[in-house]
Amino acid sequence: MSATRAVAPPQESPVGAAGRPGAPRRRGGTLLRHLAVAVVAGLLLVGVSYAVEPFRNFQLATVAAYLCAVAGLTVLTGLNGQLSLGHGALMATGAYTVALCQNAFYDRGLTGGWLLPVSLAAAVVATVAVGAVVGVAAARLRGPYLAGVTLAVAIVVPALAVTFDGVFNGEQGLSVPVEPPPLALGPYFPYERWQLWVAGAATLLALVLLANLVGSRYGRTFRAVRDDEVAARLAGIHVARTQVLAFVVSAATAGLGGALLAVLAQSVSPGAFSMTLSLFLLMAVVIGGLGRLAGAVWGAVLLVALPDLSHSVTELFTLSPAAAQRLEGNLPLAIFGTTLIVVMIVAPGGVQGLLSRLGRAVLARWRARRS
Amino acid sequence: MHRMARRGLAIASTIALLAATAACGDDGGSGSGRANVPGVTDTEIVVGTHMPLTGPAAAGYSEIAPATKAYFDYVNANGGVHGRKITYKIMDDGYNPANTQQVVRQLVLQDKVFAILNGLGTPTHTGVLDFLKTNRVPDLFVASGSRSWDQPDKYPGTFGFNPDYTVEGKILAHHIKTNLAGRKVCFLGQDDDFGRDSLLGVEKILGAGAVAVKQTYVTSNTNVGPQIGAFKAAGCQVVVLATVPGFTALSIGTAAKLGFRPQWLVSNVGADHATLTKQLGDAAPLLEGMIGVNYLPMQNDTANPWIQLFTRINKEYNGNAGFNGNTVYGMAVGYLFVQALLAAGKDLTRESIVEAVEKGGFQGPGLAPLRFSATDHSGYGGERLTRVSGGVQSYFGPAYETDEGDGPVNEYTAPAVAPPANGVPTGS
Amino acid sequence: MDRLIFLTLDGLSRGAVYAAFALALVLIWRAARVVNFAQGAMAVAAAYVAYSVTAATGSYWLGFLAALAAGLLLGAVVDRVVMRHVNHASPLNPVIVALELVLLIQAVLGMIYGSQFRPAEVPFSRSAFTVGGLTVLSPYDLFVFAAVGVVVSALAWIFARTAVGLRMRAAAFAPEVSRLLGVNVGGMLTLGWALASGVGALAAMLVIPTELGLHPHAMDLVFVSAFTAAVVGGLDSPPGAVVGGLAVGLLLSYVSGYAGSDLTPLAVLVLLLAVLLVRPGGLFSTVAARRV
Repeated sequence: MSATRAVAPPQESPVGAAGRPGAPRRRGGTLLRHLAVAVVAGLLLVGVSYAVEPFRNFQLATVAAYLCAVAGLTVLTGLNGQLSLGHGALMATGAYTVALCQNAFYDRGLTGGWLLPVSLAAAVVATVAVGAVVGVAAARLRGPYLAGVTLAVAIVVPALAVTFDGVFNGEQGLSVPVEPPPLALGPYFPYERWQLWVAGAATLLALVLLANLVGSRYGRTFRAVRDDEVAARLAGIHVARTQVLAFVVSAATAGLGGALLAVLAQSVSPGAFSMTLSLFLLMAVVIGGLGRLAGAVWGAVLLVALPDLSHSVTELFTLSPAAAQRLEGNLPLAIFGTTLIVVMIVAPGGVQGLLSRLGRAVLARWRARRS
Repeated sequence: MHRMARRGLAIASTIALLAATAACGDDGGSGSGRANVPGVTDTEIVVGTHMPLTGPAAAGYSEIAPATKAYFDYVNANGGVHGRKITYKIMDDGYNPANTQQVVRQLVLQDKVFAILNGLGTPTHTGVLDFLKTNRVPDLFVASGSRSWDQPDKYPGTFGFNPDYTVEGKILAHHIKTNLAGRKVCFLGQDDDFGRDSLLGVEKILGAGAVAVKQTYVTSNTNVGPQIGAFKAAGCQVVVLATVPGFTALSIGTAAKLGFRPQWLVSNVGADHATLTKQLGDAAPLLEGMIGVNYLPMQNDTANPWIQLFTRINKEYNGNAGFNGNTVYGMAVGYLFVQALLAAGKDLTRESIVEAVEKGGFQGPGLAPLRFSATDHSGYGGERLTRVSGGVQSYFGPAYETDEGDGPVNEYTAPAVAPPANGVPTGS
Repeated sequence: MDRLIFLTLDGLSRGAVYAAFALALVLIWRAARVVNFAQGAMAVAAAYVAYSVTAATGSYWLGFLAALAAGLLLGAVVDRVVMRHVNHASPLNPVIVALELVLLIQAVLGMIYGSQFRPAEVPFSRSAFTVGGLTVLSPYDLFVFAAVGVVVSALAWIFARTAVGLRMRAAAFAPEVSRLLGVNVGGMLTLGWALASGVGALAAMLVIPTELGLHPHAMDLVFVSAFTAAVVGGLDSPPGAVVGGLAVGLLLSYVSGYAGSDLTPLAVLVLLLAVLLVRPGGLFSTVAARRV
């Protein structure tokens, strides 16, 4: 889903292809092309959902939810150059909105398949509102100052859930009532497969919209502002407005991601949206490959795989109980910390950067052999 | 078109990769031919738990599950339960509800555990209640004093273990009413259900207006100076703490700094002397006179047969790890689970163990009654007061029992039971 | 009135530590243009060294010196082994590497020392003096003020009056020119990291005894407050870090004292917005935000 590459010239070689404006072709075809890719991905996802067992379905659904947020942050940070340490808070906004909506519907005895889309839409709208407020403040700030404010936002939003515990039920959080899969799918349709379908569909929709935005005139203004604010201003781009727009778009997807997460977990609590989540989201963006939507996929996979892998790693060793108590949890974190540092040093373009470099090398060799 | 194909290929390969990683590493099917109960074969019972092993909340709590596992290993070495060995899968959730979602699903959907045992934490475990209910997984002896676990109608498979915070508050307040009458009482609680429920219990006994100054703290702000300063300014003589161990130590240390020395009454959660001493270091003498509550044998009571048993198991099966209140807690949970397994009979199913726990009547190391019945899924229903004297925390006075409602606080007089000779409960 | 004085003194003694830690962040920002998110974890590692040394020798002061030395060394190692090799083309890369360092350092500490709280010793009594029925500062608080004061003055002296300080400033602001003039820019950078990490270690030694105790995550919350302080003061300004630190300390104390502990995060956000919307580069910024 590397839409960023769609705007780059075809036979490009430099690594920084993502940031290259210009050479827009086949304008009308972009949407169709993205749709086609999304349909293919969707069909594949349906296939996969039948091939793997429930837990993996759930994991993939969680990847999809995180992917929403990570992709949004990629647009903001990678394409527009604004650093946000507060996207966990935006996800929390979406998650709590969906929880409050669903509870309100169920308290009034409403049921039906249309409830969830309405709640998700409400979550996006609420997060857009919050994102717009933060974005207006953010547009005045740069670098570490923006980081400071967004970090404070990341801490404030979960804290509000505790302060106003009459509405948000404090640390314990709210449960999110969700409909079972439609009966048309059969009585024994696995719930986790249904979850993957819901999360996958919502995320693909968000990605198509993002990819189009990135490939459009707006995407180019985003990058122009990132690369050189002064030049962008001279070219007639309204910098502040562009930055607020990028923040709002990014907030919308973060809100959707958080809402999906709440729907998957059927619950929401402030502890799930701590400052650590915000930092991990940023880490996912950079490790996947800053500025590439495809990189966001790797970042999202990493977010879900980390705790799972860490458990498997510890199981590889048979340890004395005393040693196990210390190493369990810590050893995998140490290994991952080291690995990630090495990845960042060896491949500053992230996983996706590494892959496209590899891909180009293979392609070049193949062409050379053919000619 | 060329690039598009390549992109499609990239996506396809990504998904294929995911599917491949997904496909390997699962074959948790039970080999038994009889009634297909997840996690149970003729030779094994697999149970799982979620605990913070890493992160800020790991201190103390990370010792519980290994102690439970050590007890299971001991039972396994003595022939297991009905010929089945217990495998205990401990998953680290770092006290993060989002991770709890993942690891509990992994335990249930992939590792196919028979039950979740002693999952720790109110915010973490609350998030998986619905999931466990939908999948009909017994959710036994949750490690938290929240009253949420006692909802037999809503969550028929969930059972508590700890006395709930309201019960604690009532018993502490009962002591104030009978022994510290006329003193000015103040309260510091964590800003969540822990502090709220505890204050509720205190006010049920002392009356709504009896607590002169009420303060709260949040774990994200480690300065309790302002709160303690307010107590001092108001001239509080008795301070009830519904605090986790770190904040008990912090509160008592801060008070000493201000030259403020009230009588402290501390919730069970934050009253473990061994933990507090470690944290306070040289300042540990400040704990002198602190009153706490507990419901399991005191870890330093070497004359207690339970402590002797648990110490031995800790030495042989837990690498002689530090022995403290958390170790005793973990082993007591293990003992109760083995009792429940025995009561459920040889033909173990998820339904039969829930029925067995609801039947109740378990007698173990606890000093207070376990309240389990078809209509009550809360754990221990009482506690006994402890006091630190001469650097040693020990019990005094009778054990009390009460409920989380308006019931009175009564003495609990049933005699203590001794552990079976070989340390493994026998079927009854 | 008594309450106000009490909260003010309480806030100032906490704020002094935030100031020192913010100063460490400012040092690295000035030297390398990196917000060192690993500062907290590095400082905790140094504090653990102090714990081990004190446990082995029984002397607080040996441990204290060991922590400072470990802090300096760790800073230099982090620069030489890790940060030097990070591609700084995107300003995000070093930030991410710092976050990964946090994972690594906290995990290693957890493996060596376990995740239990360890007691942190204090060299002076923490019992406060009472003046006219009013509790004021403790000897330990005075020690904290003195230590922070010494560090701030020493750094000011180094940067303003010594040749090394001049070279460090030159290397940070004009690396190419400095190199031409024969300044060892790489060496100055390492020195900057070492100094900052040493100051961070000092702050950790001062603050941990007043918090929950020694733990791999002991400085997480302090880091957030100190980062806020540095941003409020202006990341380029050492005096700003000191003022910012004291301001954040006071704010936290007043808000928990008068409004409630749970409102402190909101108060911090309001402070940040109030300062930054008026002065986007912090209170002590010298360069106005770039405008065309």
